[in-house]
Order: sequence, then C-alpha cells, then structure tokens
Amino acid sequence: MPYISNTEAERRQMLERIGAESFEELISAIPKHLRLQGLLKLEAPLSELEMTRRIQERTCGNVCAQKASSFLGAGVYDHFIPAAVDSIVSRPEFFTAYTPYQAEVSQGTLQFIYEYQTMICELTGMEVANASMYDGASAAAEAILMAVRKNGLKKAILPASLHPEYVKVIKSYTEGIGVELITCKAKAGVMDIDDLTAKMDASVGSVVIQTPNFWGNIEPLADLEKVVHSNPKALLIVAADPISLAILKAPGALGADIVVGEGQALGNSMYMGGPLFGFFATKLNMARSMPGRIVGGTLDKDGKRAYALTLQAREQHIRRAKATSNICSNESLCTLAATVYLSLMGSDGLAEVATQSTQLTHYMAQKIASVPGFSLVWPNAAFFKEFVVNCPVPASQVIADLLDHGIYAGVDLGTFGQDSRQLLIAVTEKKTVAEIDDYIETLRELNYE
Amino acid sequence: MSKTIFEHSVAGRKGVTLPRRELNTEVKDFFPSEYLRETAPRLPQVSELDVMRHYIKLSHRNHFIEKGLYPLGSCTMKYNPKSHEALVRHSCFNNIHPCQPESTLQGSLEILYELQQDLAEISGMHKVTLQPVAGAQGEFTGIKVIAAYHRAKGNHHKTKIIIPDSAHGTNPATCSLVGYDVVELKSDARGRCDMEHLKSIVDDSIAGFMLTNPNTLGLFEDQIEEIADIIHSVDGLIYMDGANLNALLGIVQPGKIGFDVMHFNLHKTFATPHGGGGPGSGPVGVVEKLAPYLPVPTIGHSEDGYFFDFGHAETSIGKVHTFHGNFAVLLRAYIYIKMLGAEGLKRVSENAVVNANYLMVLLKDHYHIQHTEHCMHEFVADSMWQKKEFGVTTLDIAKRLLDKGFHAPTVYFPLIVPEAMMIEPTETESKESLDAFAAAMIEIAQECHDNPELLHEAPLTTPVRRVDDVRAVKFLDVAFSPGE
Repeated sequence: MPYISNTEAERRQMLERIGAESFEELISAIPKHLRLQGLLKLEAPLSELEMTRRIQERTCGNVCAQKASSFLGAGVYDHFIPAAVDSIVSRPEFFTAYTPYQAEVSQGTLQFIYEYQTMICELTGMEVANASMYDGASAAAEAILMAVRKNGLKKAILPASLHPEYVKVIKSYTEGIGVELITCKAKAGVMDIDDLTAKMDASVGSVVIQTPNFWGNIEPLADLEKVVHSNPKALLIVAADPISLAILKAPGALGADIVVGEGQALGNSMYMGGPLFGFFATKLNMARSMPGRIVGGTLDKDGKRAYALTLQAREQHIRRAKATSNICSNESLCTLAATVYLSLMGSDGLAEVATQSTQLTHYMAQKIASVPGFSLVWPNAAFFKEFVVNCPVPASQVIADLLDHGIYAGVDLGTFGQDSRQLLIAVTEKKTVAEIDDYIETLRELNYE
Repeated sequence: MSKTIFEHSVAGRKGVTLPRRELNTEVKDFFPSEYLRETAPRLPQVSELDVMRHYIKLSHRNHFIEKGLYPLGSCTMKYNPKSHEALVRHSCFNNIHPCQPESTLQGSLEILYELQQDLAEISGMHKVTLQPVAGAQGEFTGIKVIAAYHRAKGNHHKTKIIIPDSAHGTNPATCSLVGYDVVELKSDARGRCDMEHLKSIVDDSIAGFMLTNPNTLGLFEDQIEEIADIIHSVDGLIYMDGANLNALLGIVQPGKIGFDVMHFNLHKTFATPHGGGGPGSGPVGVVEKLAPYLPVPTIGHSEDGYFFDFGHAETSIGKVHTFHGNFAVLLRAYIYIKMLGAEGLKRVSENAVVNANYLMVLLKDHYHIQHTEHCMHEFVADSMWQKKEFGVTTLDIAKRLLDKGFHAPTVYFPLIVPEAMMIEPTETESKESLDAFAAAMIEIAQECHDNPELLHEAPLTTPVRRVDDVRAVKFLDVAFSPGE
C-alpha cells in the first residue's frame, strides 16, 4: 500500500497507545448492523504499471485534437499554451497547497492570485476581481445573484445570442430565489436593440450581454449600454472572451458593471471541458457584494508587504445562510495557469494571439462562403474567432464526413437546440492556412450540391 | 520585499514567440474602429526566465503537502500520488474538446462511466452525477434535487431545511441559494444531534435535513436511523455532506443507512490535489426515487458504446456546469480508486481513524478536548486552558506551529467549540510524523506557560511575520497599480 506509511507493527503500537484492542473498538460508535459486511464490490486493485496500461487502452478510444484538425469552439478553445505554464503549475508548492487560510505560509498562492486579479482588472477595465468562479456560466449566474443583492430587482434579461449552456446554468442558479428570466431577441446575429428597449423598464435588475456572443459576433456594447442604463438601477453584466480583450474595448470602459467570462482559453488545456474557470470583475464600490474570495495587499508585523484573504465577513464560513454565495474554493490552479500565460504573452503577445485568430477566422469564413451550398449566416456581422455557416445538408452530416478526413468540422448548432443546418466554426492562432485550405478542399470534394 | 511580476516588467521584453503571420490583414479590416481598444492592457513585459524565476520564488513562500503535515480538519489534506499526475497529462485527455462526436470520446466516457459506477458502490447510492465541480456545487446540486422532488410531488409547503449547529458554513449558504429557510438544530452533550430538539422542530414544512457524518467534531452520528425515521415520516429527505467520507470508505455505505442524497469531495476523499483551493470536483449520488432529477447528461452505456445520456432531461434540475464537469479531476479519482480497490479503500479509512485517535491520545493531557471518546478521522481540541491561564489564543498557537514547520489545524471551527482547533492527520501520515507534530504541540503548550509573549509574536521564521488582516480590509488593495 504505497500511500499509507504505517506498517502493521506500527499500527499495533498505535492501537496499544490508544488503549484499544482492535480497530473495531475505535469505531464502536457505529452500530454494527450499519457497517458494511464484507468488501465493496470493486475491481481488483491495479499496480502503477497495470494502471498505465489501462490508461493507454482507454486513450486509444479517444481521438484528440492532436490527431485531428479541430475547428471546435462553443466556449472551449484550443489555443497555444507555452511549456513554461505547465512547468510552473505542476510545481507541488502550488499543486498540493490548500486554500491560503494561514497567510504567513501561503504568500506564494496569495501573491499570484493578487497578480491574477490585477491582470483581469486590466483586461476587463474593472477594479476588483476574484479567482473563485467554477466556469463562465456559473460566473454569469453569480453576477445576476449579485445584482439582486444590490438592487433587489428580481428580473434579468438574457439575450438569445447567449451561450445556451450559460442559460441553463443561470436558470439552475437563479430559480431558487425567484429570479424571472426574460429573453431578448436577436437580429442580424446580435441583440435586437428594439426588443431590448421594449423590455427594459424599472423592474429589470440586470441584463447579460455576451460579446463575442455564442455565434462569435461582437455585440454593439456602447449602444446597448445606454438602453440598459436607461434604468439607473439596472446592472449591465458583460460576458467576454478574455483573448478578445487584448484588441477590443474593455467592457469597463463601455459602462459594464460586472464583467465575467470563461477563462479556459488563458493557458488551460481543454480536458473535455473541465476544469474550466470563470473570471469575475466589478467596481470597487461593489466589492462587498461579490461572491467568492478576494486577496488583498497589506503589511506584516514588521511592515513588510504581504497578502491575505480579505473581506471575509461576506463569506459562508462567517455569514452562513446570509453569505454572498456558498463558494468556498478558489479555482487557484487554473488562475495560476492564466497568470503565467498572461505574463509570458504580455499585452503584445496576447494582441498577436487575438489578431492571428481574427485573420485566420476571416480567411476561413471567406473561403467557406465560396463553397457551393455554404454561406455565412450573418455576412455583415463583426465576428471574432468563431462564426456560423449555413450548410446544404444537416450539420451533423458535414461533421461525420469531415471526421473521416481527420477534421473536426465545427459544432452542430442543432445539439444546442438551434438550427441543425448551421455549423459553428472556431479558428484559433493554432490553425494554419494549409489546414484551412485542406478543410475547404475536402468540403468541395464532398460536393453536397 | 517580494516584487510583483509587474515590477519586473521592462518595456520590449517578451516571454513567448508566436508564429509569423501567414496573412497580411489587420484587425481594423474586420472591426469598426469604435470597437477597438485604444490603449493596451498593462500586462507585464517579461522574459520566460523572468517568469520562471518569479513564480519559483513565490512557490518557496508556500506550505504544501510534500513539505510537511497539513492537519486541516475537514479539509483532508492527504498525499497526492504522483502516478496520477503523469497519467492525467496524456495528450489524448488534455486535447479533447467537449463537443467532439461521442465516437471519438469512447475512452474518456468509459472512464467516467466506470467512475460513476464505483462511486455508486462506495456510497451505496443508486445513481451518481459527475457534473458538479466543487463540494459546495455538489451541495447545491443535491439540495436542488431535493427541491425538484418536492415540486414534482406538489409539496409546495416544504420551505425549510434543518442543519445542525456544528455544520460547515457552506450548508446554510447552499440552502439559501436554493431558496430554503434554514432551521438550526442544537448539538447535545455527546456532540451529536439533540433528538429532543429535532423532534420539536420537525413538522410538515421540513423539506430535508442536511447532516455531515461523521460530524465536524469527528463523531459518528449514531442516531442516524432514528433521524431518518423522523425526517422520512414527514416526507423529508436526508442529505449527507460527504466532506468527511474519508472515515467511512468500505465501512459504511451512506445510501444503505438512511441517507437519500450525498456529495463527494473527490479532492478530499480520493486524493486529487487541492491546487491552492481548486479546482475540485463534487459528484452527487442519490437513491433511486431521486435519480430522475439529477443534472443531465449522465454517462450511459449500451451495446453501441458509451454516450451522454439526456434521457431524463424533462424531469432534471438542468445543468450546473457548462459541459461535463472537471474531467481532469475525475480522472485522478478514477485512478486512485482503481489502484486501491476495495481492500485498499478500507485500509485508507482504517488508517485515517487510527492516526486521528493516536494523535488525540498524545495531545489530550496538554490541550482541552471536549469529546474524549474515540473519534473517527478527526477530532477537535481547543485552547481553553491556555487562554484562561496565560492569555494565549488558538490563533497564537496556530501561528507558532508555522514556525515549527507544520501547517496549522482548522481554527475557530466548528463554531460550537470556543477556541477550536480541528485536527485531521489523514491516513498518509506515518507514526513518526504524528509523533513529531504532537511533540511540537506539546512544546507549544509548554511555551504558553513559560513565555506567552513568544506566542503573541509568532510566527518568527515564516516568509512574512503575522499578517495584518484588519489593514487588508481597511485599505482595500486588490489590484497592483504602478504608482505603488
């Protein structure tokens, strides 16, 4: 038993010191008839070598993005990750540490979270961020809950252009406290501003805007913001792609009250969609209503710079039923990857990732629109990293056919309850012109028309 | 003074080289100028070596498992086996996209399916969802399932959940989030649920009861059958907070002794690394009548292979995570369970219990311990004697432990014990390391007597001295600005 140090002899010694005859005596508080008779019905244990073989067998059942050319996005993206990221993240000093409850021996974790908070504030144009959110969807849900705490208004508007999984998670999170969710229609691939204007009134507590939205289109945030804030109490929650924020205006500069999003694209592997991590940022005067944990700079007894968890009076371990949320973790390791990634990239590098992704995406869009039977759903939209095409056959057929050629064609919008002839295609800086040309050539050869 | 990464920044330095552009377009060709950022975000401009040195230097300022004992009660800081890490990083796991066709995910789905089945067996529950990504999100999922059950049965009058006063803070916070009112149940002199009080607060408005077992005093709730009868008699459901499952592996199956729903903290019970506070994973198991309400999809299996099962989407609570949960964490737990098997898991819990009792015996003459009967995998000591005699608080003792190379126990919790120190050694610590920890604690007890001032000053040898929490709240500094 490699994970248990004590030998039988030591165990006997310890029982003797305790003054117990046997292990069973220690658990005498558990009534005998409640105890399991015999052993759990589990497979016989595997050695490390056998386990390695087992994993090898299982991975043979997978076809990963390295074996195929992938154009899959819909919230999880295949961006380049420099090797230095994993080198830092896999250090046991970070990997096997716990939540930094004892600040004096957790300065490493506390400081990188402080640096992460700073970077998220820089990207989003906000003043305070946390490292606690599970994913972009739950971060958006927590933002709506925070808006209710701030203004007491239990009506939230969600756009039809919002990620459908975000909508589902938001519904799970907000129905308990009776939030009414209203959908704002889409027009030309973005929020219908007339519909928003019609639905915006004094009873609306928050409006979520995702930009780039689920279909990859940039929402006209500046115009929409004016409509949202026509109710001065309403909070504007923007869900953004963090890579896009290297080149696009910070939501904070456009009047957002809370900015959230999915952070996986920042230095974290896809892992079939988990772990993901959400980011959450807002204005300083709302810090006390925030969910999650916040790290603050302070001084130690000798006047040296130090860091600590701060504003803990909001949290579940103190406020219990009245806490701002039930979250008691940080997605620290994921945010460490993001911090190292952003440090390596710098603003120029991140802008280059965003620029190359944009160039290749638009190249791809232009090419695919020239394939007979295929057309862009919104040819005039401004899109980033992702776009939607109409297919001449069900998208699932295109996906199956291209998979035979080693290409993941994109995401079938039918699987998200939308048009099953539409394909959502994502292109990151990892794609090459040759890969895109190969995709297009294969489509032409399939000759659907 | 430790510089921030921003203070290492030198204009023009780069940490990474990206491929040359293949296309000669510009972003302004694709976006209206009013969409484009005018000033770049201020990220550090540093070289790869700058980055490595900075974060390695920071890493030296952390306590972590491989450095020393981490006796945080209820957090279960056990050793994280290294074989798991090597296997998890396989490129055919980390390069998998959640929207790939099922036919290309068979390996990953098979692993998830087997883990689902193994967790069901370990907990004695009927069906398990792997979707929740943290213990607290597992709680949320489980309580949502309870709410969905009552809604389906038309039990709209059920508005309350009972929670013992010894419970984790997440329990009441979770119930509020789901929309329930919390009724606090008192503990009795034995540190268990006060049954008379329970009987007096149970009525038809009770939707459920949320119980940690063993509880946060490290004691098995031995009246669980009677509790189950009382709660079930009003059609209430019993939720088990699985935070302390480390004590019960192969010994008790919660689903067989009266619990209807429970969550697992994979990072605690199945040794996935805590990572400085996350990511974790919080699967939920339920008895048969609650299975229709679990989040979708679960993982199904048929002759054609493994698949995402949306079969009960109509009755489900919906979703709690964008895709399918924290696969990389789930995979580590899968490896742990497969490598230990039934006997190994049982030995885990046995050793966790033996270690905790051994440590308690070593400390009981030096610190006050309210409940001295045999404990499960953790126990609660306190510094009542030291506070009364020498004015030394639990916080002082915790900080002094840091000087001696140990992390402090969980302090000031559970709330029902004044000056609490909740100690959980876990099964992976050896007798030798427990002896060393006890020796340090006993030394500190002596220091309280000889030199209480030293304890108020502690820690003395850590990377920073005692940190000013009050200042951190008063002068809120949550992001670096270059002027600092």
